[in-house]
Amino acid sequence: MSALRFDDVRISLGRRDILSAASFIVEDREFIGMLGANGAGKTTLMRAALGLIPVASGAIAVLDEPVARGNPAIGYMPQNRGAMAGLRLTGWDVVASAAIGRRFGFVGLDKTTRREIDWALDQVGARDLARRSIGELSGGELQKVLLSEALLGRPRLLLLDEPLISLDPAHQKSIVETARRICDDLKVAIVFSAHELNPLVNAIDRVLYLGSGAAVLGAVDEVVTGPVLSRLYGSDIEVIRVKDRYFVMAGEVDVEREAHRHDHPHGSSHDHDDAHV
Amino acid sequence: MTIRMGHRTTMTTPMFEYDFMRTAFVASGIAAILAGTVGFFLVLRGQTFAGHALSHAGFTGATGAVLFGFSPLAGLVGFTVMVGVGMGLFGEKLAHRDVAIGMMLSLALGLGLLFLHFYTAAATQAAALLFGNVLGVDESALLTLVVLAVLSLTALAFIGRPLVFASLQPELADARGVPLRFVAAAFLAIVAVAVAECAQIVGVLLVFTLMVGPAAAAMNLTRRLAAAVALSAGLALAEAWGGLTLAYYTDWPTSFWITALSGMVFFGAAAARRFAG
Repeated sequence: MSALRFDDVRISLGRRDILSAASFIVEDREFIGMLGANGAGKTTLMRAALGLIPVASGAIAVLDEPVARGNPAIGYMPQNRGAMAGLRLTGWDVVASAAIGRRFGFVGLDKTTRREIDWALDQVGARDLARRSIGELSGGELQKVLLSEALLGRPRLLLLDEPLISLDPAHQKSIVETARRICDDLKVAIVFSAHELNPLVNAIDRVLYLGSGAAVLGAVDEVVTGPVLSRLYGSDIEVIRVKDRYFVMAGEVDVEREAHRHDHPHGSSHDHDDAHV
Repeated sequence: MTIRMGHRTTMTTPMFEYDFMRTAFVASGIAAILAGTVGFFLVLRGQTFAGHALSHAGFTGATGAVLFGFSPLAGLVGFTVMVGVGMGLFGEKLAHRDVAIGMMLSLALGLGLLFLHFYTAAATQAAALLFGNVLGVDESALLTLVVLAVLSLTALAFIGRPLVFASLQPELADARGVPLRFVAAAFLAIVAVAVAECAQIVGVLLVFTLMVGPAAAAMNLTRRLAAAVALSAGLALAEAWGGLTLAYYTDWPTSFWITALSGMVFFGAAAARRFAG
C-alpha cells in the first residue's frame, strides 16, 4: 500500500497550471522532504491531497483511497498557523480545540480525548510546554505544540507544510529529529516541505522536488543534481556538494537561500542568472 | 417598548420593591450573560468591529420597524440577524474588512436617521435606542429577551467546538472538514441576537461595553478556555447589575454606570496581567 500516489495530476489555480502531469508514489512509512521554489506548488500539492483543491485531471490516492475532505487518515500542519500571537490560552486548550473541533453538539472533553491530547503532546515532547500560554511560546516551542495536533486521531500520513520556517538552526534540527522519530515510532509516512534541503538531508528517506509543474521523487543523490534541477527550475542549475551539504546554485546565486530570504514568487530568482535569462 | 422616564426614588425604598426594577434586573441579567458569553467568542475571533457594525444595523432595524408600525424589538432583532447572516455568508474575508464594515455601519446609521426623520416622536425613541433604556423594558419584551437568549445560548453551545477550532486555526479546521462558512454565518446570527439584547439595556452605541469589555478582561485574567467563557459571562452580569444598582441610588443613567464599571474592570484586568507578568 502506498501512502500518497499522484497519477498524472494537473492542478490549475486560475489560468495557471501549478502542477501538470505530476506522478509519484510515496510509500508507507516513508519520510519525504518536499522542496521547490516558492510558487512551485508545495502547499497546493498538500491541499489537493486534503481535498481542498480539485484536480483538473489525473488522480490522487491517499492510502489507496480517493481524496476526501476531512480525511482522518491525514494529519496536517498548515503553513498559516492561525492567530496565536498574544493569545493567552494554554497550548493544551488550543490542541484540545483541534481534537474535538469537528464535533457539533454539546460536546465535553471526556477522559479518552484528554488522554489522546496528552499522548499527542508527549510524542513531540511538548507536554510541559502546553501548560503555558500559546502566545508566549518561542517559534520552535509553538511549532512543536502545533505539530502534536497533526498526530490527533492517529493518522497514517502527515503533511507538514514548512515546519522549519523562521526557526533558528537548533530548533530546525529539533523539529526534524522529532519528525524522524514520529515516522519510525508511529509508523506513519511524512511529507515535510521546506525551503532548504540541508536541514533535512540526513533525516529523510527520499526527496520530492517540484518545479515547472513537474514533480520528481527519488533518492537525494539522484534528484538533487544539475540536470534534474535545471529541468525543474527551467534554468541552468549547478549542484555543489560539500560533505553532507548541498548548494543549489543558479549562476552565483544560492537558489534555496535566496528564496528563503526574499520570499520570491516562482521564477524571479532566475533573474540573477545573467547567463540564462 | 414603552418608555418610562422620570422615576424618582428615595434612598429609603429598597429597589426590589419596584416592579420595573425587578424587570430591569432580570432583563439586564439575561442580556449580560448572553453578551458576555457570545462576546468572548467575538473577541477570540477578532471580530469585535463586526459586532459593533451589527449594533448600528440594529438602529436601522428598530427605527424602520417603528416607522412601519412594528415593534422596535422585532425590527432590531430581525434586521441585525439578517445582516449578521449576510456578513457570515460573505465569508471571513468580508468580516475582517474594516473599510467595508465601516461603510455599512455609517450607511445603517444614516438610514436609521432617515427613518427617525419620518417618525414624529423621534427624540425619546432615538435616545432610548442609542443609549439604552433598561427601565423601559416591559413584561412582553422581557419574555422575548428570555426566549431569544435561551435559543442563542443553546445554538452557541451546539456550534461551540467547531467555532473555537475555526476561530483559532481556520486553515486546519478547513482541512479537517469543519464547514467554516456555516459556522461563521451561524455565529454572526447569534452575535446579532446578543447585540439586539444588549441594545435594549445599554443602547446600540454602547453595545461594546457588555459584549467586548468583559470578554477582553476575562482573557487577561485566565489562560483556560472554559474559565474565560464563564468569567466573561460573570463579569458582564456583575457589571450590568452593579450599574443598575448604582443608577438606582445616584439617579444617574444606568448605561453610564455599566460603561464605567466595564471600563474599570477591563483596565484593571489589563493592569493585573501586566503586574502578574
